Amino acid sequence: MASALIPLIPFPEAAKTALADTQLRRNLGKATQTIRAKRAAVVDEMDDWEELREAGRALKDRVLRHLDQYLLQLEESVQRAGGHVHWARDAAEATRIVAEIAKSHDAREVVKVKSLATDEIRLNDGLAAEGIQAIETDLAELIIQLAGEHSSHILVPAIHKNRSEIREIFRRKLADTEDLTDIPADLAAAARRHLRQKFLTTKVAISGANFGVAETGTICVVESEGNGRMCLTLPPVLVTVMGIEKLIPTWQDFEVYMQLLPRSSTGERMNPYTTFWTGVAEGDGPQEFHLILLDNGRTHTLADQIGRQALHCIRCSACLNICPVYERTGGHAYGSVYPGPIGAILTPLLVGVEHAPSLPYASSLCGACYEVCPVKINIPEVLVHLRAEVVRHYQATKGINTYAYAESVVMKMLAYTFADRTRYETAQKLARFGQGPFVSEGKIGNLPGLLSGWSTMRDLRPVPQQSFRDWWRSRNEQ
Amino acid sequence: MSSSAKEAILYRIRTALHDVPPTEQPDDVAITRAYRQQDDRPHAQVVEQFVEMTVDYKAIVHHMSEADLPARIAQSCQDRNLRRLLVPADLPTAWLPAYEGLEIVTDDPSHPFANADLDATDGVLTGCALAIAQTGTIVLNSGPNQGRRAITLIPDYHLCVVYADQVVSIVPEAIAALRSSVVEQGKPLTFISGPSATSDIELNRVEGVHGPRTLEVIVVERDPQG
Amino acid sequence: MRVAFFITCFNDTLFPEVGQATVRLLERLGHTVDFPLDQTCCGQMHFNTGYQLEIIPLMRHFVRVFDTAEYIVGPSASCVGTIRDYYSRIAEIADDAQLAAEVQHLTPRVFELTEFLTEVLKVADVGAYYPHRVTYHPTCHSLRALHVGDHPIRLLKAVRGLDYVELPRAAECCGFGGTFAIKNADTSIAMLSDKLRCVLDTHAEVCVAADTSCLMHIGGALSRQRAGVRTAHIAEVLASVEE
Repeated sequence: MASALIPLIPFPEAAKTALADTQLRRNLGKATQTIRAKRAAVVDEMDDWEELREAGRALKDRVLRHLDQYLLQLEESVQRAGGHVHWARDAAEATRIVAEIAKSHDAREVVKVKSLATDEIRLNDGLAAEGIQAIETDLAELIIQLAGEHSSHILVPAIHKNRSEIREIFRRKLADTEDLTDIPADLAAAARRHLRQKFLTTKVAISGANFGVAETGTICVVESEGNGRMCLTLPPVLVTVMGIEKLIPTWQDFEVYMQLLPRSSTGERMNPYTTFWTGVAEGDGPQEFHLILLDNGRTHTLADQIGRQALHCIRCSACLNICPVYERTGGHAYGSVYPGPIGAILTPLLVGVEHAPSLPYASSLCGACYEVCPVKINIPEVLVHLRAEVVRHYQATKGINTYAYAESVVMKMLAYTFADRTRYETAQKLARFGQGPFVSEGKIGNLPGLLSGWSTMRDLRPVPQQSFRDWWRSRNEQ
Repeated sequence: MSSSAKEAILYRIRTALHDVPPTEQPDDVAITRAYRQQDDRPHAQVVEQFVEMTVDYKAIVHHMSEADLPARIAQSCQDRNLRRLLVPADLPTAWLPAYEGLEIVTDDPSHPFANADLDATDGVLTGCALAIAQTGTIVLNSGPNQGRRAITLIPDYHLCVVYADQVVSIVPEAIAALRSSVVEQGKPLTFISGPSATSDIELNRVEGVHGPRTLEVIVVERDPQG
Repeated sequence: MRVAFFITCFNDTLFPEVGQATVRLLERLGHTVDFPLDQTCCGQMHFNTGYQLEIIPLMRHFVRVFDTAEYIVGPSASCVGTIRDYYSRIAEIADDAQLAAEVQHLTPRVFELTEFLTEVLKVADVGAYYPHRVTYHPTCHSLRALHVGDHPIRLLKAVRGLDYVELPRAAECCGFGGTFAIKNADTSIAMLSDKLRCVLDTHAEVCVAADTSCLMHIGGALSRQRAGVRTAHIAEVLASVEE
C-alpha cells in the first residue's frame, strides 16, 4: 500500500498539471479568497489575538518538551474515566488495533468522523483489507470517497470541486438523486438522507481528535455538520486515533484553543458543534471507548529542534488558505495528506526529507503562513532549515540527482567567488561579457539550462556596462 | 505488544528530547496568559450580544420575561406544527406545551429510547448549562433540563431555553465555569453555535446537515420574585 | 549622519541606478554616504536555497566589511531581512561564539532604506518630485519580515506630482521567491500573472517596490507583454527632483 505521505511526483511537475486545470484554478481561487476574508474579519474582532497566539504557542511548546510525562498522564486520566488506551508506533500497528476492536464487535461497517490521523495511516484501505468497510460521514470526505479521489485540503477535502461537480458525483453514486439540484442546501440534504440510517444503527465509530487533555483525559472533536456528534454519541463503541502531539496540559487551556481554532479555520467565532468527552459517561453516549496514541513519524519530527514546532499544528488550515502557492496548485500537487505550507514542512519531517525533497522548495517564502498561524509556527524558518537538509542529503549522495548535484557545484562556486572582493569583481566583468550571445534588442529573452524557467514569461535586462561600484569609483576620482 | 509499543514510543520521545535539560519541569516552560480571561461589561450588554451573535448564526432567537415563557414555547411548537415533542425527564412541567395533536415524549434515563424512536420525534425541548455571548454558543453538559446527548441530536428541531443569568461573556469564562462538570463529574459537553452547518461546498456556509436543521433559542429574564 | 551603504550584489551588478539614486537621496537629505568597496554579497540566495554552510564565509566577510559602521543601509528588504532574521542562526550553525557576538553587534545597525528614512531619520517628506501615476507593491520581506507597514506608501504620497493608486491584493506575493522562480517556474508564473493583472488594473505608469529582485520579475513580464508599464525602485522615485 502506497504511503499517504510520500509524494509520487516531484512538486514542480505535479504543480504543472494542476496549473493547467483552469476549472481547478477558478474553484480554488474563489474558495481561498472567500475564506481569507472571513478569517480576517473574525480575527480583527479580537483585540487580544496576539496574546492568544503566544499562549497557544507556549502551551504546545510546554507539551512537546515534556511529551513523555504528558502522555503518561493522559493515559492514566483516560483509564481512570473508564477508557482503554493503546499505543501505535506506525500506521500498520494502529490499523491492526482498530481492526481488532471492530472484529471483536462483529462490525463489518464502521462510521467515521473526518480525521487526518486516519487518512495519514490510510485506515480505510487497511480496514477494507480486513473486510471492514469504513463509511466517511463528513460531507467533503463523503464526496471524495464517492468520487474515489484523495483530499486536497486538510479542512475542506473537496475544496477543488464546485457545486455542479459535486451534484454529478451524488447523482452517480447515491440513490434517489435524479432530481438533485446543485443548490448547496439540497446537496447537504442528500448527504443527510444517505447517512441517516448508518448513524442510527452502526455499532462502531472511529474518530480523530483535535485535542486531548492530559489533566482530565478529555478528548475534543470540533466540527460543523453534526456527523461528528452522531458518530461520537450514537454507536455503542468509539475508537479515537490521536497523534501524540494533540495533547494540551489542562482543561483550562481550551480557553485558548477554542478561540484560536474556529476563527483560524472556518472563519467563524465558533464552529457549530464541539464535543468534549471524558472516558465513558454512564447512560450517555458510547459505553466502550478506545484511545489509540499514534506516533508514525512524530517522534522523528520531535527530534528536529527547529522542525519540532511543526507539531504545534492544530490543523486549522489558515496557512493553506492564505498561501499563494496553494491557491494556484491546490492540494494534490503536494502528494501528501498534509498539503500547503504546513504540509511542505510536516510531510518531510514525518517521512524524512529524502522521501519528499521537493516539498521544502514549494514556497516563495512569502511569510503569509507564519503571519496567520494561530500557534506561531515559523513555517519559512522550517522551510529553509529543511532545504539545508535536502542539500546535505544530495551532497552526501553525490550523483543520485544530477540536477541537484549541478546546482550544488554552481552554488559552491558562487559562494567561493562572492566571499572575496577581487573574485567578485572579476565575476561581474565576466557576466557582462558572457551574456553577449543571449542579448537581443537590449533584452535577454532566452536563457539556457537551469535558468530556462525564468525566460518563458520574463525578459531579463542585460548586465549594464557600468556596475554601481564602477560608478562610485569614477565619481570619487573626479 | 501494546506495552512494548508504549515503551518504544516513550523511548523515542526521550531520545528526541535530548536537548531538554533533565532538570526542566513542565512548569519551567513559561505560559503568559495575557489575553482576556474576564469581561466586566454590564450583563445586559452581554445578553444583548448573545442574542445578536446567535441570530448571526441563523438561529431563531426570542428574548422575554419568564412569565411569557410557556406561551412562547407553545407558540414555537405550534408554529412548526410539531406532533411528537421529545423532552428530558426532569424538564419543568410549566414548560411543557399542550395543544391538540401534540404528544409529549419523555426520555426516561431508566428506560432510554432506542435511536429509531428518537428519530420518530420531530423536535426536542431542553434547557442548557450555560451560554457564551461572544460566540453565540449554547453549552450542554447533560445536566438539569438537558437529558443525554442523543436527544438533542437526532430530532430535526431543537428548542432551547437559556436563562439570561446563564449567559457568560467570553470563552475563558465559560471554560472556567464548566471545569467542575468535567473534572469532578466527568460529564460530556456539547458546544452548539447555530444549527448544523457545512462549509464543504465552495466554502460557503450552508445551514442544515446531520444535526438539527433548525435551532430556536428562547432567552429568558428570570422573574425576580421567582 | 554617516551612512555605510550596503548596495547588495544584485543591485551593484544589475541595477546600479538604484544605488545611485539611494546615494543622491541620502546626500540630498544632508547625510554622508560611505561605500565600503570590499562588500560583496550577504548570502541570501545561498541561505534560502539551503546552502547554509556555504554562506558562512560570506557572512564573515560581511561582518568584517561593516564592522565599524554606525548605520548600514541597503535598498533591499529581503537582504536586510536575511541579515536580521537569520545571521544569528548561521553563527550558531558555524558554532562560532566570536562570530555570534559580532552578528549580535551588527544586526541592530542594519536598516532597509525606507525603514531608515522613516524610523531613524524620521523623515515624512523627502522633498521629491515625480509627476507620474504610481502603484506600490509591498514586497513580502518588507511587509512580513521587516514589518515596515505603510511607511513606504506614506513617503510616496508625500512626493509632489505623484498620483498614487492602491494596488489590489497588494499583500500577495508576486511569485519571485529567489530560486523559487526557477525551481517552480510554472507556479511562479501563475502567481506573477495574477500580480500583473492587479498592476494593470490600476492603470499606473510605474509599479514601485522596495526590492529590485521582485521588480525584475514583475518588470520582466511587463516588458515581455509590452504592457507599457515600467518598474522603479522606491529609491529612484524618492531621489527624483524637479529638473
